[in-house]
Amino acid sequence: MHALSSYLILSALLFSLGLYTVITRKNAVAILMGIELILNAANVNFIAFSKFVTHHVEGHLMAVFIIMLAAAEAAVALAIILNLYNDHGNINVDEANALKR
Amino acid sequence: MPMVNLSIIILVLPLISFVFQMFFGRRLEGKKGEWISISLVLVTLLLAIIMFANMLFDYQPDFRQEAQFTWLNLGSFQLEMGILVDNITIIMLLVVAIISGLVHIYSVEYMKDDVRYSRYFGFLGIFTFSMYGITIANNLFMIYCFWELVGLSSYLLIGHWWEKKSAADAGKKAFIVNRIGDIGMFMGLMIVATVAGTFNYELLFERIGNGAWAAGVGGLFGGVDPNTLLTWAGVLIFMGAIGKSAQFPLHVWLPDAMEGPTPVSALIHAATMVAAGVYLTVRIFPMLTPNAMSFIALIGGFTAFFAATIAITQNDIKKVLAYSTVSQLGYMIMALGTGAYVAGFFHLVTHAMFKGLLFLASGSVIHMMHHSLHKLGDHETDAQDMRNMGGLRTKMPITYTVFLIASLSISGIPLFSGFLSKDAILAGTWAYAAHIHDGWLAQAHLGWLLPFFGFSAALITAFYMFRLMFMTFHGEPKNKAIFDNMHEAPRLITVPIMVLGALSTWIFFSLPSFNPLGGEGWFHHLVQQAKSVVPTGAFDAETFAHGLHAAHYPAMYTSLIVAGLGIGLAVLIYLLREIDPEKIAIRLGVLYRGSLNKWYMDEIYLHGIIRPFLKGCGAVATFDMEIYDHYVIDGVGRRVKSLATGTGVADDLVVDGAVNLFGIIFQWLGWTLKFVQTGKIQNYLIYVLIGVLMVYLINVF
Amino acid sequence: MGEVIFWVIWALVAVSAMVVAFSKNLVYSVFSLLATFIGVAGIYIFLNADFLAVTQIVIYVGGILVLLVFGIMLTNRIVVAKITQSSLQRTTGLVVVGAIFLVLVLTLLNQTWPLATSAAEFDSTVNNIGELLFGDYLILFEVASVLLLGALIGAATLARKEL
Repeated sequence: MHALSSYLILSALLFSLGLYTVITRKNAVAILMGIELILNAANVNFIAFSKFVTHHVEGHLMAVFIIMLAAAEAAVALAIILNLYNDHGNINVDEANALKR
Repeated sequence: MPMVNLSIIILVLPLISFVFQMFFGRRLEGKKGEWISISLVLVTLLLAIIMFANMLFDYQPDFRQEAQFTWLNLGSFQLEMGILVDNITIIMLLVVAIISGLVHIYSVEYMKDDVRYSRYFGFLGIFTFSMYGITIANNLFMIYCFWELVGLSSYLLIGHWWEKKSAADAGKKAFIVNRIGDIGMFMGLMIVATVAGTFNYELLFERIGNGAWAAGVGGLFGGVDPNTLLTWAGVLIFMGAIGKSAQFPLHVWLPDAMEGPTPVSALIHAATMVAAGVYLTVRIFPMLTPNAMSFIALIGGFTAFFAATIAITQNDIKKVLAYSTVSQLGYMIMALGTGAYVAGFFHLVTHAMFKGLLFLASGSVIHMMHHSLHKLGDHETDAQDMRNMGGLRTKMPITYTVFLIASLSISGIPLFSGFLSKDAILAGTWAYAAHIHDGWLAQAHLGWLLPFFGFSAALITAFYMFRLMFMTFHGEPKNKAIFDNMHEAPRLITVPIMVLGALSTWIFFSLPSFNPLGGEGWFHHLVQQAKSVVPTGAFDAETFAHGLHAAHYPAMYTSLIVAGLGIGLAVLIYLLREIDPEKIAIRLGVLYRGSLNKWYMDEIYLHGIIRPFLKGCGAVATFDMEIYDHYVIDGVGRRVKSLATGTGVADDLVVDGAVNLFGIIFQWLGWTLKFVQTGKIQNYLIYVLIGVLMVYLINVF
Repeated sequence: MGEVIFWVIWALVAVSAMVVAFSKNLVYSVFSLLATFIGVAGIYIFLNADFLAVTQIVIYVGGILVLLVFGIMLTNRIVVAKITQSSLQRTTGLVVVGAIFLVLVLTLLNQTWPLATSAAEFDSTVNNIGELLFGDYLILFEVASVLLLGALIGAATLARKEL
């Protein structure tokens, strides 16, 4: 039915949008959202390939691990963001440049 | 238990005492901490007595136990540490243990209230340890190690009261003078090591005897006659004994060493350490060639006579005893040189007892003098000067009695131990002069010098000992105030001297025979003349033994007459005052002044050696500072400096210029690129993405 | 019918993702992220990945998204519903990301994929995934559990006030 490429293009779109979010946003939570988009793009790719190319569920498994990774990452990242907020009063990443000074 | 194990325990216990006193002694001062050291030493005494009893029960003249291990493996040459226990070792151990034990006890009272009380006992411990080490060593190297250790402890104990400049100087003098002898000993050891390849006595003697010594001569000593080399080795090793046993010309340190506490003088500078030189000579006796023995005999004989002549005129009670010690050590050395091996070692043992006693008894007098002076608040009067004493026999009866015993013993009067050994030595010199024709001394027809030295020294000894006796204990008190405050010493002092007094009688040395005229007894049975291993022209022990037998009675009568003469003279001059000593002194003039000033030995050394040496040093230093430093070192310095200025300019312009150029380039680059470093991670991410794109583009096109 | 639904979901994902990326209002972003996640779950269903679709909704929507919302709530003094967010290097970012998107699309369109010959559908993936997780991938699974535990402890430690 639908060609593989339709999924891949969607995945590429999600990836690019996630990348754009990560690059441009100042808000740390927004950047985290961009990362989630990128991870989703990867998942879509894995599952699409597992259906159309390998025809095996190993791709699914990889996606499961990625989701798990995303959860862990989100938890730790939010903890860091909370600390950042405690220190700076906001969570703008461009202001967290203590290393430059 | 084998004797070797016992001897190891004996060796280690005093070391424990030393370590203990060094680390914990200070805290136990005034809490009877010294008794730990004393009991450790008394345990060694007990063990020594056990070994001695064993020896008596065995009654084997050639008893011998040896144990050793390799200490340092240098490939072809191995340094070994080992223990040799034979009858000589056991007797020597017992002597050291008795004197050391008694001195330890004696010191409790004598050193009471001393500032460095615990240190004193620690040093006594390390001295005893090293003396035991010398005694039980089975090789020359080990004896050398302990040799230096006794030197060290002697230095420490002489300088015990180092606040006094004379004491500190005496310590240094003893140390340095001993080093001179030890250099000779070291060279002797090196000869032995290179030629024989071993330090072990037995192996060494075996190799000398079976020709391995002669085969080993080569290399550095190529072309040297093996026998001559053996003579040199013997004489050089004997140099160690010259230093340690205070033989002429290195005797100068011993009288000065009397600056140390009196018990130390008794232990180290009368009974044991100075006898170590004799002990060493006893040990190397088999390898001595007749020529070396001639040298040894002459040194010993001359020292015996020479030191005795000085002792006559000294007024310091300890100085008299010091010169007496030098003289008696000369006797022992002379005995060994003449081949009277047993007599020499015998005299070592008896001398240790009566000379230890003399020192401890004089210490008792000095101690009480100090007390008396202290009570009077007198800090000017010399407590050791006999001219301040007199008539003390009523005040100190015990000290007087034992002093009398020791004086009779050293003078060689029958019923006392000194007679037995001294008579044997004199008989030995007589036999040597009459019958021996080996060695340069006999070949130069100077053999009769030795009996002359021996008998005249005996005469003088008897004279000065009784002079000392009469000046100290008889006559009128010179100073009434001091005299009134004198009394007998406390028991901690009198008991040790009474023990030694008993040991100065003949009976302990002549058992199982009771004959006071000697020649018999366990000592002569258990200590046998060591056989010479010198391959050619060895000392003729058989002729000597015959001669000794023949000379026994004539020598005995002569020595008795001589001793009686000496004592009689002393009685006439100092007891009955029939002859005024002042007049004799004036009559003798130069001789009197020479004796009083120790024949100017110290001055000769000062002006003959030390001053010229210092002057030479000064000249060399001046040359070094003024000429060498100024022209050579500083000249080179100036050249180098101008050269350095030139290169400095080149360095600034060329090398630094290049370096700075790079620096400027990178500074500029850094300044430019720093705008890339925004510190914002998202900027960096953009750069990364741009980089990825560029890689892609490069790949595609 | 399926075709239409697919493309509708496709468009939903694309649009909501764009809103996430471009919206000035942070709250809008979060909620369109919700839409994106649900849409991706729908895409999974079209790919016969039933287990993953459910997991996507449970973990992403139920877990991660809630975390994100908490993050926003805890880090902004909320006065109005609109929480503005600012951006930087918009133009550069747009150009670069656009170029990357272009490169990706060009690459995957020019590629011939070695498609699987059998077009048989998966019945249910749950069985297979379960067997794999407790078989070949057991160690990975255990390691993942340790990682999660570490993240849990780490997050708790980091978020403490008195750090």
